[in-house]
Amino acid sequence: MVTDKSRLGFYLLLAPILLWLMVLIILPHIGLFIVSISEKIGPREYATGFGNYAVFFTEPLYWNTFARTAIMSIVATALTLLLGFPIAYYIAKLTRGRTKTTLFLMCMIPFWVSELVRTFGWMILLRETGVFSNLLMALGLVDGPVEMLYNDAAMMVGLVYTSILFMVVPLVTTLDSLDDGLIEAGYDLGGTSTSILREIVIPHAMPGIVSGCIVVFMLSLGNYLTPILLGGKDSLWFTGMIYSQFITRFNWELGSAFGFLLLVLSSLVVFIGLKLTGQSLSNTMGPT
Amino acid sequence: MPNPHPDLVCRDLTKNFDDFCAVDHVSFEVPQGSFFSILGPSGCGKTTLLRMIAGFQSPSSGDLNIKGKSMIGVPPNKRPVSMVFQHLALFPTMNIGDNVGFGLRQRGIAKAEIKRRVETVLDRVGLPGVSTRKIDQISGGQKQRVAIARCMVLEPDVLLLDEPLGALDLKLREHMKIELKSLQAAFNTTFVYITHDQSEALVMSDHIAVMNHGQFEQIGTPHEVYHTPSSAFVAGFVGDANKIDATVVAVNGSTLTLTSTGGTQMFIDAPSTAIHVGQSAEVFLRPEAIELVAVGDGVNDPDRVNVSDGVIESVLFNGANSSVTVKDRSGSLLKVSLPQTGAFTALRQGDRVFTRWNPSQVRCYPAPAELEN
Repeated sequence: MVTDKSRLGFYLLLAPILLWLMVLIILPHIGLFIVSISEKIGPREYATGFGNYAVFFTEPLYWNTFARTAIMSIVATALTLLLGFPIAYYIAKLTRGRTKTTLFLMCMIPFWVSELVRTFGWMILLRETGVFSNLLMALGLVDGPVEMLYNDAAMMVGLVYTSILFMVVPLVTTLDSLDDGLIEAGYDLGGTSTSILREIVIPHAMPGIVSGCIVVFMLSLGNYLTPILLGGKDSLWFTGMIYSQFITRFNWELGSAFGFLLLVLSSLVVFIGLKLTGQSLSNTMGPT
Repeated sequence: MPNPHPDLVCRDLTKNFDDFCAVDHVSFEVPQGSFFSILGPSGCGKTTLLRMIAGFQSPSSGDLNIKGKSMIGVPPNKRPVSMVFQHLALFPTMNIGDNVGFGLRQRGIAKAEIKRRVETVLDRVGLPGVSTRKIDQISGGQKQRVAIARCMVLEPDVLLLDEPLGALDLKLREHMKIELKSLQAAFNTTFVYITHDQSEALVMSDHIAVMNHGQFEQIGTPHEVYHTPSSAFVAGFVGDANKIDATVVAVNGSTLTLTSTGGTQMFIDAPSTAIHVGQSAEVFLRPEAIELVAVGDGVNDPDRVNVSDGVIESVLFNGANSSVTVKDRSGSLLKVSLPQTGAFTALRQGDRVFTRWNPSQVRCYPAPAELEN
């Protein structure tokens, strides 16, 4: 029968995504959760309980790093938005044809090389014997070499740089769909650049802003390379802590608990962000 | 009584783009409270002209005065003009009340006053109590009225309209024509309307400027533009017309005798056209100026001129605008309106008829090639 056939087709098409979700997302998380609620009471002896989570809340270093990671990610997202919006507006509204394609491509080219290589690029620029340090010395602005790596500012630069494309792309898409006539109508009715930006452009671009922010926030929160390489030991990042629990300390139970806490944190921040901006997930992630 | 200060005055307004001239030395005046249309085919420069008046494009040369003040260098948000855009450009993120109140908010008017004025203007365009509704909850015709209300609430000196009826279906467009005209009369604001649709221009306007290749071919009342077109372009563009290429064979006072390329002889009253014998000319004959005569109905009367016989090539039924095409003996086709009296409704393809037209109801212009010599 036709309906049976089409139903079979439906399930066949659905199978890859279901398989992917089950095998790679849901199963590992269930495993992670089971590990996170196992407390080690002796060699090869485990009991079920929330002791690992308790460790997190009793040790200030852990939840300080946790809060720091959240706040820095939010700041990185805000900075990316501030930098990305003018770029996206310029590409979407002020350029045409070839220039537009070229600029869009230029935004994308850095992402053709691996994140590791890009981060090393920043290290070459910022380190003590790096390009900037030498330049400042050559100009006579400083007496000795300057170390610009291994602090929060360097890490922030790295985070914004790594994720700006993921802000620019959804913004260009939504701004592209803004009819130029609306902006002209705004001017015609006596609007100024600021009031048009506030009342016409930003409300229209809101789904793009929110979806860009969600992606950038998630990427920053879950970033491991950039905070480790550019932030160094002074800029702890929560993913670094998870790594050290799993690999250095061999404490998979605590590491799993941290992993779960990070998942809860990111979901919570996204939820609050959506509520504050009055957007819904289907609105921002739906077809633009 | 001529107004000493027309609302809008353009003098030698010119706009050059890289390699062509979109608007070429256009001069006109629009008196206060009148409905002025700029009619032309697409690409004639009418949109550029309107955008210059609105301030979105700056003229290459010439002057633009609104209420006696030059607008050169004045940005669009400082001009006393408002524009109804082709696709209306209503802000989809705002409700109707916020849309209409947008301009007032920019002027920093108190909230309560904005609300009062928005309600008043929505009332005047016949949409009371819709201010909390969303843009996509109203019909096309209502959107049109909201777009006009959004402009009129600012009490502009001149309202510019950029083919706003283009996207509507035929029935609604016919209705909106009448409505626009009555809104214009009610607000008593100067309207400048651009369109490529001659019937919109003819129905609504006090004055029409016919534009082609960046220049005004003729400015006049709808009646003048229709009945006494000043150039071959106007005659061909405004209204329907049969265009016949012909050669002048004799000039007798104000009466010209021409022979069409098909060999038919024509007599034309052309009092003012400077045409001489041997010149080729274009003759424009409106379908409604041609009379159909049944065979044997006194057509051989020697006083009668411009009578020829032909065969019905096709019947184009279009209700009140029905017409037939008649193929004459030389094989050229002539479009003829069917009279509204019900006569000739029985005409069928292949029927033999006579056509007859009055020498004074036809326009004749020198052929373009001749103009260049």
